[in-house]
Amino acid sequence: MSKMHIKLKVNGEEVETLAEPRELLIHVLRERLDITGPHIGCETSHCGACTIDMDGKSVKSCTVFAAQANGADITTIEGLGNPDGLHVLQEMFKEHHGLQCGFCTPGMITRAHRLLQENPDPTEEEVRFGMAGNLCRCTGYQNIVKSILAAAAELNSAKEAAQ
Amino acid sequence: MNEMTPPKEERSEALKGLGCSRKRVEDARFTQGKGNYIDDIKLPGMLFGDFVRSPYPHAYVKSINPDKALEVPGVLAVITAKDLEPLNLHWMPTLAGDKQMVLADGKVLFQGQEVAFVVATDRYAAADGVELVEVEYEELPPLVDPFKAEIEGAPILREDIAEEKEGAHGPRRHPNHIFTWEAGDKDATESVLDGADVVAEEMVYYHRTHPCPLETCGSVASMDKVNGKLTLYGTFQAPHAVRTVASLISGIAEHNIRVISPDIGGGFGNKVGVYPGYVCSIVASIVTGKPVKWIEDRIENLTATAFARDYWMKGKISATKEGKITGLWCHTTADHGAFDACADPTKFPAGFMNICTGSYDIPTAYLAVDGIYTNKAPGGVAYRCSFRVTEAAYFIERMIEVLAIKLDMDAAEFRRINFIKKEQFPYQSALGWEYDSGDYHTAWDKALDAVNYKALREEQAERLEDFKAGKTRKLMGIGLTHFTEIVGAGPVKNCDILGLGMFDSCEIRIHPTGSAIARLGTISQGQGHATTFAQILASEIGISADDITLEEGDTDTAPYGLGTYGSRSTPVAGAATAMAGRKIRAKAQMIAAYLLEVHDGDVEWDIDRFVVKGAPERFKTMKEIAFAAYNQAIPGIEPGLEAVSYYDPPNMTYPFGAYICVMDIDVDTGTTEIRQFYALDDCGTRINPMIIEGQVHGGLTEALAIAMGQEIAYDEMGNVKTGSLMDFFIPTMWETPNYQTDHTTTPSPHHPIGAKGVGESPNVGGVPAFSNAVHDAFRAFGLTQSHMPHDHWRIWQTANKLGLHD
Repeated sequence: MSKMHIKLKVNGEEVETLAEPRELLIHVLRERLDITGPHIGCETSHCGACTIDMDGKSVKSCTVFAAQANGADITTIEGLGNPDGLHVLQEMFKEHHGLQCGFCTPGMITRAHRLLQENPDPTEEEVRFGMAGNLCRCTGYQNIVKSILAAAAELNSAKEAAQ
Repeated sequence: MNEMTPPKEERSEALKGLGCSRKRVEDARFTQGKGNYIDDIKLPGMLFGDFVRSPYPHAYVKSINPDKALEVPGVLAVITAKDLEPLNLHWMPTLAGDKQMVLADGKVLFQGQEVAFVVATDRYAAADGVELVEVEYEELPPLVDPFKAEIEGAPILREDIAEEKEGAHGPRRHPNHIFTWEAGDKDATESVLDGADVVAEEMVYYHRTHPCPLETCGSVASMDKVNGKLTLYGTFQAPHAVRTVASLISGIAEHNIRVISPDIGGGFGNKVGVYPGYVCSIVASIVTGKPVKWIEDRIENLTATAFARDYWMKGKISATKEGKITGLWCHTTADHGAFDACADPTKFPAGFMNICTGSYDIPTAYLAVDGIYTNKAPGGVAYRCSFRVTEAAYFIERMIEVLAIKLDMDAAEFRRINFIKKEQFPYQSALGWEYDSGDYHTAWDKALDAVNYKALREEQAERLEDFKAGKTRKLMGIGLTHFTEIVGAGPVKNCDILGLGMFDSCEIRIHPTGSAIARLGTISQGQGHATTFAQILASEIGISADDITLEEGDTDTAPYGLGTYGSRSTPVAGAATAMAGRKIRAKAQMIAAYLLEVHDGDVEWDIDRFVVKGAPERFKTMKEIAFAAYNQAIPGIEPGLEAVSYYDPPNMTYPFGAYICVMDIDVDTGTTEIRQFYALDDCGTRINPMIIEGQVHGGLTEALAIAMGQEIAYDEMGNVKTGSLMDFFIPTMWETPNYQTDHTTTPSPHHPIGAKGVGESPNVGGVPAFSNAVHDAFRAFGLTQSHMPHDHWRIWQTANKLGLHD
C-alpha cells in the first residue's frame, strides 16, 4: 500500500514519517516514532490507555488515523515532564499511590493534564466525570482522584504564589 | 566505632522496612511512560503474527486454504495444525491435566478458537492475511447449557477422548463429563440435613466473567539458530513454569530457553494460562528464523483467553431453631468450556472450593463438583482470587443470608453466633482444611460499630415504611459479608502445577559497599513487589530498602519459583525473602563476632548492626560487615555474602475480612447507588499499608464490576455476546464509589513475618457484599436468591417479579 508523508509536532519536536493511509495514530506513534508511553488496551476507544493531547484536546489515538493528525501538535506522557523535573501530576500520582501496574497511567495523566487546563479547580465529582473515559483495572480510582485533586491544589497554590 | 549510634527509632525508620507506607520505586518509570510492556518490545527484524479464528462454536474444519493470504505483500507464512503436527505441537497440555488444541485439528470447539496463524512483516499485513485465509467449516450443533451436556442426543464435543472412561481426575461418566470431585462426608451430611430443624436450599450461580487486565496477552519469541537459544518474552504470571512447559512441549532443552516477563499491565489470573499464541510465536520464530511478536486485541482477549467462574452451586444448609448451623451440602456444576484448562493445583480440580464452609463452625459438610465440557472458551482461572475461593465465599455468604431469612434472624447476629471462635484456631474444617489463625468476632464487632449497624437497620426500616406509604421509590439494602480466604499455595506435599511443587524462592546478594540485589521466583503485575519485598528484607538484614534492588521475571537470573497468582507472593515468596535474609544475618553474625573478637553468641542483632552484649558501644553495622565479607580472610568463613532460600510453606494462610455495603436501589429504573462501603481486612502482618489499601480499592472495584454488570454471556447458539468493552462492563471513575478501609491484625503463626496476603481478599469478599446488599433491599418482599450480575435490567426484573411495579 502506498504511503503518505506525515508531519507532526510531537512533544515540541517536528517529526516526519511515512505511513499507510489506514495506519492508526497510536501505531505510528508507537512503532514508527518509538513513543511507547501511550498504550493500547482496547482499540475501540473505550479504555483511554492511548490518550494523547492533540491540538489542545484529549484524543484517543487508537481511533484516529495518523493521516488525520497530519500537521497536529501532539503531547504524550513523554512530553509532560522529564527525569530531572517531573510534572506535578506525575509527582502526585507517585505520592498518592495513583497507579499500580502502570499500564493506564500515561493515558490517565495525559488526560488529567488536559482536564486541569479545562477546569483548573475541579471538584471530586468533576474529576470523576471528566476522567470517565480512562479505565483502570488496578486502583479502583480512589487514589487517582486523590492524585489529581492534589495536583490541582499544588498548581493553584503555585499560581497564587506567582501572582 | 567512635561514631555516635543514632537512636533506635531513627535507625529503624531509615530502613523503610516492614509496616511503613513506603512510596513505590516502580512509579518513576511508569509515570513517565517508561514502562517496558510486552508490546513495547521491538527486536531487529521482528515479524508479527495474527490468528484466523473460528466464527462457529462447534464445527468440523473441512479445509484451510492459505493461497490468497500468501499473495498479500508482507505475509510470509500461514501456519495450521498440519504444520504443527510433525513437531507434535498441534495440541498442548493444559494446567489441569487435559490437552488443548494449539490450532484447530479437524474441528473447532468454541467461537474465537485459533484456526491458523498468519506471520507477516507488520500487524497490518498480518491482519490482511487473516482476512484472506479461506476456511471451510461444517457446522455442528453447539452445547451451551452444561445441564444439557449429558442428556440423550447431546452433541459430543471432545471426540479425541470420547471413549476414555478415565480422566486426569478420576472416572468420567459421559464424553462431555470431565471429572467428579468430592470432599467431606456425604452420608453424615445428608443425615444431618434430614433431621434438621430448619433447612434452606438454593441454586447459587456465579456467572462466567473474565479478568480483563488493561493490557492483553502477548509474546515475542526469538529463536537464535546460531547458538540454539530461544528467548521468549511474554505476559507470564509464572515465567519459570512457562519455561519448563515450553521445554517439555518443544523438546528444546530447558537451559536453552530463557523466559522473560517484562512489565505486566495487570494480570488478575488471565496471564497464568498457556495460550496458543505463545506456542505459535515460538514455532513461527523457529520456522522464519526471526523474532515473532503476537499481541491479542481486546476482543480476542475476552473471547479466547481464560475466563473465570461459571459455577452453578446448588446448596443446602441446616440449623437448629436457635440458629446454630449444623450442616452444609453443595453440588456444583462447573462449566469448563471446551478444554479443561483450569489453573488449579493438580490435586484440586475444583481449586479450593472446599473452603466453602467459610468463616463458620460447621460440623458436617459435603461438596461435590462435576466438571463439564461446553462449546465455550477454555479457562477457569482464579480472577483475582485463590483457586475458586471467590465461588466458595459467594456460595456460603449467600447461603448464610438465605438461612437467616428462613430463621427470621438478623444476618449479622446469625453470623456472629456461628463464627469459628478465636480459641478454636488452628481450626480443622469439615471439608479438610486447617485454618491457621483468626479472630472473627473482634473484626465483626469493629465493622458493625464502624458503620453504626443498628442505626442503618433503623433507617432501612423507616425507608421501607416510606416505600410502602408511597413516599419513595428507593429501597435500601445492607450487604454483609464475613469471608475467609485460603491463599499462599502452597505446601509441596499437596500443591503442584504440572508436577512442579508450589514453593517459591529468593536469592540475595549483598554488595561490598553494603547495598544489595534480591531476585525472586514471582513476578509483579502491579502489586509493587520491588517496593514491598525490599521492605521485608530491610527489616531482616538492616539495609535500607532504598539500597536494595529487586528483580523478578527473568528465568536466566531469578531462582525457580511458581509465580504470582492466588495471593501467593507474600505468603510464599515473601517468606522465602525473610528466610534468605535470615541466612544472610546468620553469616553476618559470625563475621561481626570475628571482627569484634568475641564468640558468635556474644553479639546480638540491633536493627542494622550486631552489638556486643552488654557493651553497646562495640558494634559492627551491616555496611561494615558487608565490606569485611569481601576484603578480609576470615578463618572458617567463605568470602562473600549471599543466600538463597526455597520456601515450602507448612500450611496455607487464611486472611479474612468483614465488609459492609450500603446501597440504594431505584425499583423503577433498577439503578443502584453505593452509599457506603466499609472494608475491614485482616491480612496478618502489614508490610506496606499504602499498598494494602490500594489493593483493597482495586479489588473492590473488580468486585463491583462482577457483582453489578460484568459477564461473559453466550447466546443459545454459542455466540459470545460480551466480546468487547462496549458490552463487557468495566466501571469508570464515575460509577465507582469511595471505599473506607480498616483492619485488624492477626498474624499467621507459621509465616516467618506473620503475613497472609491481601490482593484478592477484596474481590473474594466484595462480590457477596454487593450482591447481599441487592438481595437485602428486597428481603422484605420475599426475595431469597437472584442471579448476578445485578445490572439495572436484572434488578428491574426482580422488582417487577416481586410486584413492586404494580
